[in-house]
Amino acid sequence: MAITRRTALVGGLAAPFLMTQRASAQAPSRSETLLLVQEYGPNSLDMQGIGASQPVNGVALNCYDRLLRFKPVPIPGGGGHQVAMGQLEGELAESWQVASDGMSCTFKLRDAKFHSGRPVTAKDVKWSLDRACTIGGFATTQMNAGSLEKPEQFVVVDDKTFRVDFVRKDKMTLPNLAVTIPFIFDSELAIKNSGGDPHAKEWLKNNIAGSGAYKVESWKPGVETIYVRNDEWACGPLPKLRRIIARDIASPSTRRALIERGDADISYGLPPKDFKDLADAGKINVVGVPIPNGVWGLYLNSQVGPFKDVRLRQAVAWVLPYDKMLQASLFGRGVDMSGGPETPKVAWPQPFSYKTNLEKAKALVDAAGGGFATTLQFDAGNATVAEPMSVLIKEALGAIGINVEISKVPGANFRTEIAKKTNPMTLNRFAGWLDYPDYYLFWTMHGNNSIFNIANYQNPALDKLIDAARFTADKADYDKLVVDFVKLVESEVPMVPIAQPTHDVAMQKSIGGYQFQPCREPDFRYLTKG
Amino acid sequence: MLRMIGARLMTTVPSVIGVIIVTFLLTRVLPGDTAAYFAGPAATPQAIAEIRSKLGLDQPLPVQFVSYVTALVKGDLGQSLTTGQPVTADLAQRLPASAELTLVGLLLSMAIALPLGVLAAVRQGSWIDHLCRVVATAGVSLPVFFTGLLLVYVFYFILGWSPAPLGRLDVFFSEPPRVTGLLLIDSLIARDLETFRAAAAQLILPAVTLAIFSLAPITRMTRASMLAVLGADFVRTARASGLSSGKVIGTYAFRNAMLPVVTTLGMVFSFLLGANVLVEKVFAWPGIGSYAVEALIASDYAPIQGFVLTMAVMYVVLNLLIDILYGVIDPRVRLEG
Repeated sequence: MAITRRTALVGGLAAPFLMTQRASAQAPSRSETLLLVQEYGPNSLDMQGIGASQPVNGVALNCYDRLLRFKPVPIPGGGGHQVAMGQLEGELAESWQVASDGMSCTFKLRDAKFHSGRPVTAKDVKWSLDRACTIGGFATTQMNAGSLEKPEQFVVVDDKTFRVDFVRKDKMTLPNLAVTIPFIFDSELAIKNSGGDPHAKEWLKNNIAGSGAYKVESWKPGVETIYVRNDEWACGPLPKLRRIIARDIASPSTRRALIERGDADISYGLPPKDFKDLADAGKINVVGVPIPNGVWGLYLNSQVGPFKDVRLRQAVAWVLPYDKMLQASLFGRGVDMSGGPETPKVAWPQPFSYKTNLEKAKALVDAAGGGFATTLQFDAGNATVAEPMSVLIKEALGAIGINVEISKVPGANFRTEIAKKTNPMTLNRFAGWLDYPDYYLFWTMHGNNSIFNIANYQNPALDKLIDAARFTADKADYDKLVVDFVKLVESEVPMVPIAQPTHDVAMQKSIGGYQFQPCREPDFRYLTKG
Repeated sequence: MLRMIGARLMTTVPSVIGVIIVTFLLTRVLPGDTAAYFAGPAATPQAIAEIRSKLGLDQPLPVQFVSYVTALVKGDLGQSLTTGQPVTADLAQRLPASAELTLVGLLLSMAIALPLGVLAAVRQGSWIDHLCRVVATAGVSLPVFFTGLLLVYVFYFILGWSPAPLGRLDVFFSEPPRVTGLLLIDSLIARDLETFRAAAAQLILPAVTLAIFSLAPITRMTRASMLAVLGADFVRTARASGLSSGKVIGTYAFRNAMLPVVTTLGMVFSFLLGANVLVEKVFAWPGIGSYAVEALIASDYAPIQGFVLTMAVMYVVLNLLIDILYGVIDPRVRLEG
């Protein structure tokens, strides 16, 4: 009886609100407003600042402009556009020209205005790029990845002309100007409000000083971010959507309910199973792009513990149930990384030639002295995918006498654990923004031993190949180097690639113009509704 | 009375100091490296070191403690790294959201639990007693996230009666001018009935979820304490003197049975305030529970310390209120400082 009473209460009280809801749905603003639901929102408005979280990339993308941007190309399976790493187009730059000696690039700026009304000048560009190079933390690391290392490289020629001097020939320099770090601030506005800090960190964390296609109308950290269109935007066709409301909804089940009921227009970051269900049901558009330069891999510690022995690493690669893992953990939303050709292609990630073969694996383990016990760790934040994956790994390795204990490490602790480089097995996903094989291996297997070289792999021969590939200007030379180092890591397997996951987004059928960006945040500038 | 309150407050000072020290130490011994976490992907050891020194985490513990306490005295709880805002601002934003939800949930729960508990005690062994037992058992054994999701599924997803679970207010409404931070009250102050309705509509499902969960302790406590009182001599005397059953139960028995119930209410309230993380997650409610948990996952010290401290202070105030309420309900209870 209590339940009936409560039901009646809820029903009775809710009835009047139904009408208000319908009324607001007819309001004219609805068709030009987009409601996006995501797991969590930005913790700052300044992507160059220290500790900026993943969604801050979206703020940088939509509210600021860069000199260059990646050119949209259609997604092969349809559903929108992705980017072509090698092809760039001007954003703030009207045109650009690499010098004949290949050691500098000169940019002509557009007649663009900041949100404050001030024209964008080369001085602002220099201030912003200097800032990215000197502020420290992730921004500086990312700049360095494209050989943008010191302020002296950035030269103001005149008000509308800007030059970048190269420290070396690096194919990643120009693409690196199109990622979400080297965006352009209104330097006068920033300095005026900086309170003496040369980087104006505090003020820019809470305020936008850009020229981008959207302004931030209101920002409540952890609750919602509201963007409005900048009608004066000069760097591309005027976006169709006037207003974007991005709400932070922590529970994936709620996000799914919202998109299925049609209340939310776009939902980011659902578990793979939900994306699969939505795609199968067909009422909602699900667009998946295999994450460029991203792969789930099993890192085997090559310096400490049993996997020092290369035969055991190969045994693991021969015994993993690749297809089962793809189906059970990613629900097919990814690309299988097993059973590739003998000779690798010039690509990364790509399937290795291993496939499930129990006999081969057993023989290798026996040759290396038989079974043992070991541990496998993963980031608890990735548990939705990593947990079923690691259970399947445990089961498969059990069959060749390797007894695996699974350890689930909480987020803040995971970085510390992988930095120690002592755990024998780690399951992790790593994705590089710049889609080049040498870039990926530089982070994950190079002797510089970055935190993402989880396998602690040290091999001077590999370092030589990677370094040569990074800085060679010759295409044929580059292709040969890539094939050589992929071959090398394939036989040495410090990391067994499992699957290249897709980046999925669920959208109402009325939403068009989806644009995938390497930073994996929504790009509102191309979206349409209705 | 004032002296009593003053004396009571004095005794809480050592516990608050204790809370400050313990939370400070606890957050420091938690595994996890804040600097490594916030250095972001692709951070070099040098970048991590820079962040560590920026956050003051490279200082020895006593130095960190002194700077923490100095800031605390000035009312500065530090900066949250997960939201990028001062912790005091975050708490001021989120505490009313949690308080509003918890209060409405608790009132709803009391409206059902108190009559049910009294009736169950009066008619012991009858169908209403069994109903009381079933409701209490079901309420406490259904996990809140399950009840929450079930309610969302039925009332939002299937029936469409409830508005989208998008937090405190539908996206097409704007918040009323902030006075108390409680949207229901603020919208009434602003005489904005549309917003009041919208806020109330968003509140119903999460409040019902909380109410279902808190039914059990309140019903059971009411029933048990009523049973004890109904067996007491003064009730028998009242009955023997020919007072009506309503007068005996309503005036004499119920009032005497209230003491343990009020204690339970206080406990349930403070528990719900900080612990309804799962309800907050399901309904995207921007409360302090989920705030603290997210900070904990990221080893973000300042919000955790701020949260624990706020909860400790609230607990102290709540206990004081309950003690004062004791005196009102039962004049025989005299509290000595």
